[in-house]
Amino acid sequence: MLDNRQTERLEAEAANSAKLRQPLYAARKKIFPKRATGSFRRFKWLVMAITLGTYYLTPWLRWDRGPFAPDQAVLIDLANRRFYVFFIEIWPQEFYYVAGLLVMAGFGLFLITSTVGRAWCGYTCPQTVWVDLFLVVERAIEGDRNARMKLDAGPWSARKLVLRTAKHFIWLLIAVATGGAWIFYFSDAPTLFHDVFTGSAAPVAYITVAVLTATTYTFGGLMREQICTYMCPWPRIQAAMLDESSLTVTYNDWRGEPRSRHAKKVQAAGQPVGDCVDCNACVAVCPMGIDIRDGQQLECITCALCIDACDGVMDKLGKERGLISYATLDDYNANMALAMTGGATLVNPSLVRTADGRFIDNLAHFQLRKIFRPRIYVYTGLWSLVGIGLLYSLMTRNRLEVNVLHDRNPQFVTLSDGSIRNGYTVKLLNMIPEPRTIVVTMQALQGADMSVVGDDIAAGRSFAIPVEPDRLKMLKIFVRQPADQIHGAAQIFTFRVEDKASFESDEYTATFNAPETAR
Amino acid sequence: MSNNEHIDEVSGVSTTGHDWDGIRELNTPLPRWWVVTFYVTIVWAIGYTIAYPAWPLLNSATKGVLGYSSRNQVKNDLAVAEAAKGKYVEAVGSKSVSEIAADDGLREFAVAAGGAAFKVNCVQCHGSGAQGSKGFPNLNDDDWLWGGKAEQIQQTITHGIRFASDTDTRISEMPAFGDIITPDQIAQVSAYVASLSGKVQDASLIEPGAKVFAENCVACHGDNAKGNKELGAPDLTDAIWLYGPGETAIAAQVRAPKQGVMPAWIGRLGETKVKELAVYVHSLGGGE
Repeated sequence: MLDNRQTERLEAEAANSAKLRQPLYAARKKIFPKRATGSFRRFKWLVMAITLGTYYLTPWLRWDRGPFAPDQAVLIDLANRRFYVFFIEIWPQEFYYVAGLLVMAGFGLFLITSTVGRAWCGYTCPQTVWVDLFLVVERAIEGDRNARMKLDAGPWSARKLVLRTAKHFIWLLIAVATGGAWIFYFSDAPTLFHDVFTGSAAPVAYITVAVLTATTYTFGGLMREQICTYMCPWPRIQAAMLDESSLTVTYNDWRGEPRSRHAKKVQAAGQPVGDCVDCNACVAVCPMGIDIRDGQQLECITCALCIDACDGVMDKLGKERGLISYATLDDYNANMALAMTGGATLVNPSLVRTADGRFIDNLAHFQLRKIFRPRIYVYTGLWSLVGIGLLYSLMTRNRLEVNVLHDRNPQFVTLSDGSIRNGYTVKLLNMIPEPRTIVVTMQALQGADMSVVGDDIAAGRSFAIPVEPDRLKMLKIFVRQPADQIHGAAQIFTFRVEDKASFESDEYTATFNAPETAR
Repeated sequence: MSNNEHIDEVSGVSTTGHDWDGIRELNTPLPRWWVVTFYVTIVWAIGYTIAYPAWPLLNSATKGVLGYSSRNQVKNDLAVAEAAKGKYVEAVGSKSVSEIAADDGLREFAVAAGGAAFKVNCVQCHGSGAQGSKGFPNLNDDDWLWGGKAEQIQQTITHGIRFASDTDTRISEMPAFGDIITPDQIAQVSAYVASLSGKVQDASLIEPGAKVFAENCVACHGDNAKGNKELGAPDLTDAIWLYGPGETAIAAQVRAPKQGVMPAWIGRLGETKVKELAVYVHSLGGGE
């Protein structure tokens, strides 16, 4: 019999044991961001004013395009399938311009992220901007962090009810305005504005406003940081975009640790003490509710408000600003190495300071030239390449086009005099908002002439036809070639269209079919 | 059950009581939202089966209190579509085909509607592109047996050709000259007719052929062989041959003519549809 008493018990635990296993659901902890002041906050106010202003006001800008096109500067006219952006008009087949802009936006995002980190997230992302706006409202009504926390923790009272109702009402107003502004991009803004309020706008307008109101209110007011943490893919992608030379919001352990709320006492006891007084100001202002001192993390949108908060505290304490700062990982690591000289496991901030308390000279500081690394050139190059390509294409694009469809059934018709007739559907595209007279000419194809179905145009090799502004004119053209001029079963010829006023022209190469045994 | 309820040590959740070799099944409660959604769908389903046709009976099914049926929906959709076409259909009905062809909007409608009707009723003989084939006229070309004006085309479609049960049908019956003239004369007249639009092998037949033609054919085909649309007599000088070009094909047609029949469509399609078809055929490129 085996003696169990002899068996050694091993200290082992299953990797997924219940004790270690975390619940899959994390309840949201409410966040009450404190108002921050400082240069980054001012910059964010500016960005907010510009982005929101652009969004709400753009549809109301006017742009005179003459009598034949809408005079709204930015208009996505889905009904007529035209896109107007100031002096540029895009037809649906030119949608590659939009694709090109999206490609540029992609490279732009790579470029920005690899240089200044998640600046998009922190400053210009609509989610960030609208949450900021909603927080302004919340702060104005319920007060700053402490007042809000008190109100939230307290029991329901008449005051709480009034404040909460007012807050949500204003949030909803903002949400309605946000959804409302969206629809003005798709129709003449003043007309639609009137129609919306008189109840005569299209149902889709009201549905769009309702949906966008709901999303704005929910995302900006209720879900806030959860959108960034759980729904947005960009925080995941950014990890692949950042490298050691990317600027990102950094807590500088090398001068901050060991943190202490009783710096003087600790110092008197002869122990090292860092600049961080553990006041938690950086945590209190964070709209994501995180602690930047735990290091760069997925939730951090790099809005830099913690920098403002910390700088304020450092100023009060008479210490150098920049305990939390934009820094690259390279600089951070270099300074950490200085602060941990001699293989220490803990930071000793006295190592980065001279005897009289100033920073030592060989601290790593951010240098602009370090930003310029190969990938930056690649991103900038690709971004510019696409941009220049789009610009070139835009400058040289044809505003007069011709498309030709050859009749296939029947491919050709033998007429009573033995001549052969082919039918073509010719589409003339006048892509400017001016009426034009287009001259259609056929080149090559000996002896042939053309006639236009349903138009009093005499058969010939050239004719002029008026085309309405900004419209496509479809013509049914019969081309007829005498039997004795036919050379081969498939002859190549060209439809040439030209605007004699602007000398703009386009060509389309077509085929003329004849029976193998044309007489 | 409660007396032998077993609580799983690790998770603290009760088990179902099922036991397989000591492995027990956790009886983890379903999430509340899931259960609520589940019951809501049941309530919804009950309401749905009352409101809409649902339960099968022996010969039919429950009708549902809303009175919905997919057949009615199709009927309504069709009625809406008909109503949208209404003013065009009315205009087509009240105007003559040449008036329709002259009106841009109306012509566009008629060509579309006629094209659709053509695909259903006419392609069997005339082909999907109206290009015809041997014995069935090509409607794209400029050669017309009975006239290529819109009204003439309308007349042809309305009453058909050699269609016995329509008294107004277009009738032309070329006699079988195999019984009237000799085979030599047939060869001669065929050579003459072929020579009008092309080359013949034996030019010596042309002159006697012309004589035979003058004696037998001019009544219908005319002195100059240009044909007669009143009689449906084809133009023999052009490049288009319903039953094929060349002396052999012509001789066969002289000896025992094939005579195609086209039904009268008025009874089946009605006047409006016939007008639309006429405008469509007229628009194919050969209309006069």
